Amino acid sequence: MTTKVLIGCGAGFAGDRFEAAGPILDRFAGETCPRYLMFECLGERTLALAQAELRRDPALGFSPFLDRYLAPVLGRAMATGTRIVSNLGAANPVAGARRTQALAREIGASIPRVAIVLGDDLRAQISDHDIRALPRLDGAALIDRPIVAANVYLGAEPVRDAIATGADIVLVGRTTDSALALGPLMHEFGWSDFDRLAAGTIVGHLLECGGQITGAYFADPGFKDVPDLAHVGFPIAEVAGDGTFVVTKPKGTGGCVTRATVTEQLLYEMHDPAAYRVPDVTCDVTRLTLAEDGTDRIRVSGIHGSGPPDTLKATVSVDNGWMAEAEMSYAGPNALARAELAADIVETRVREAGVEDALGVDILGAGATFGRGRKRTWQSAPDGDYRVRLALISDDRNHATLVIEELQALYCSGPAGGGGFRSSLSPQIATASVLVPRSVMDGKVTIEVIEP
Amino acid sequence: MSSTIRVPLHAIAHGRAGDKGDTSNISVIVYRREAWPLLLDAVTETRVKEVFAPLGARSVKRYELPNLMALNFVIEDTLGGGVNSTLALDRHGKALSFLLLGEIEVDITPAMLPEGSPYRPG
Repeated sequence: MTTKVLIGCGAGFAGDRFEAAGPILDRFAGETCPRYLMFECLGERTLALAQAELRRDPALGFSPFLDRYLAPVLGRAMATGTRIVSNLGAANPVAGARRTQALAREIGASIPRVAIVLGDDLRAQISDHDIRALPRLDGAALIDRPIVAANVYLGAEPVRDAIATGADIVLVGRTTDSALALGPLMHEFGWSDFDRLAAGTIVGHLLECGGQITGAYFADPGFKDVPDLAHVGFPIAEVAGDGTFVVTKPKGTGGCVTRATVTEQLLYEMHDPAAYRVPDVTCDVTRLTLAEDGTDRIRVSGIHGSGPPDTLKATVSVDNGWMAEAEMSYAGPNALARAELAADIVETRVREAGVEDALGVDILGAGATFGRGRKRTWQSAPDGDYRVRLALISDDRNHATLVIEELQALYCSGPAGGGGFRSSLSPQIATASVLVPRSVMDGKVTIEVIEP
Repeated sequence: MSSTIRVPLHAIAHGRAGDKGDTSNISVIVYRREAWPLLLDAVTETRVKEVFAPLGARSVKRYELPNLMALNFVIEDTLGGGVNSTLALDRHGKALSFLLLGEIEVDITPAMLPEGSPYRPG
């Protein structure tokens, strides 16, 4: 009977450090209990872009980072029996599985059996018209905007079932991030009671942002000092069958695991701590306790669960035109007044050209990061080092471009001493969260095994 | 009765901001148990709403986790429409935990400060 399961997290978002998982495999060496390595690499926007890519080319649509994350660990994971669970499958887990097997051939690793979870694409189940009519939790208005993607957050059951096929690797698209940990724990321990499902969900919640629980995104020199953050180790959970677990990190890595790092990550993106909802369970962490269990080891217990919500959540992504951002610096004597004049000039010229979209005007160095850049000049002396930033989102690409052109034109047609112009123009996808009746997804989620 | 000093909340607490849609959640966690009662008294929904009102905040809900010496604030309508719609420089509002820790001031006794705190008086 399994008494302990080890789960490490090798990535906390698409774009996280690519080689952080190596020390986790070092730590797993010599262990005989079940070992899992999760990679969380699928943001809402990432998935919408992957859907668009899939429509252009049926062989694409999995994470463009799949090779970067798996190449450093695939050979050793296969050789040591560590199973990988990830949402690197994105919009096309089948193609992701085939690419993973091709990668194994290229690097001389054993070819993995890959199990995939299919069925999170809501547009395969109901029409765009019906999607627009679903109750909206938050986000963009869906009327009149082309839907780019709509994906339901699946729970941990299909992840559990995919692992039960005996596959070496499980690739999913849209599931809750925490399901990447709960699925393996349900498989290994046979959990079905709400307290343990809640505990496994919180294991996933704590691990899913990688270094955010091991001292990264935490350091505040002089107040919260973190040793050797440059070499931060990524987290490992040592989970017992009763649902208690220890959060730790590989020996010899930087960072730290303390009550403070765990508490910050526990509440990260959590609303009501008595009702953190995922498709499998409603979690209550208000009675959770943290105890020190040696250096860089925090024991977590006291998690409770109750029945899951009646509905599932889906993210709907819609085309939102173009975003322009442009910046120019003013420094030295009277810099703030010159920066404000620059912003006024561009605003006047853009409006006179007929652009009616909202224009964001910030002065960096005067509180812009806190969203108080211009109207309330916060901590802003007349002399200093300021940077004008203009931002605009428009359905008309020409309107967005005009903002960039007019800011650049300040080089010869604006206040004295402007320098360091930079700009970007990027397509925008806006998102909304909607509630989907569970009946819509009944019987629609399937598992496939892609044999070598 | 030891004398008090006025410091930003940053002296006695730390936190992290997260986003879901147009809603920001910010944790506030005291370093020392001695500061927990003060945190409960001073960092109210009303006070936090004042800080975030210039950003458009319409409602603030506070959750208490005494086991963890932590508060969790859920602040609605404060992210300019959310990460994929806002014109703000910090589209996720990730820096907003430090707005809260810097804007709110508290009168504390030195016992509420962690060991070695730069805020400890000379």
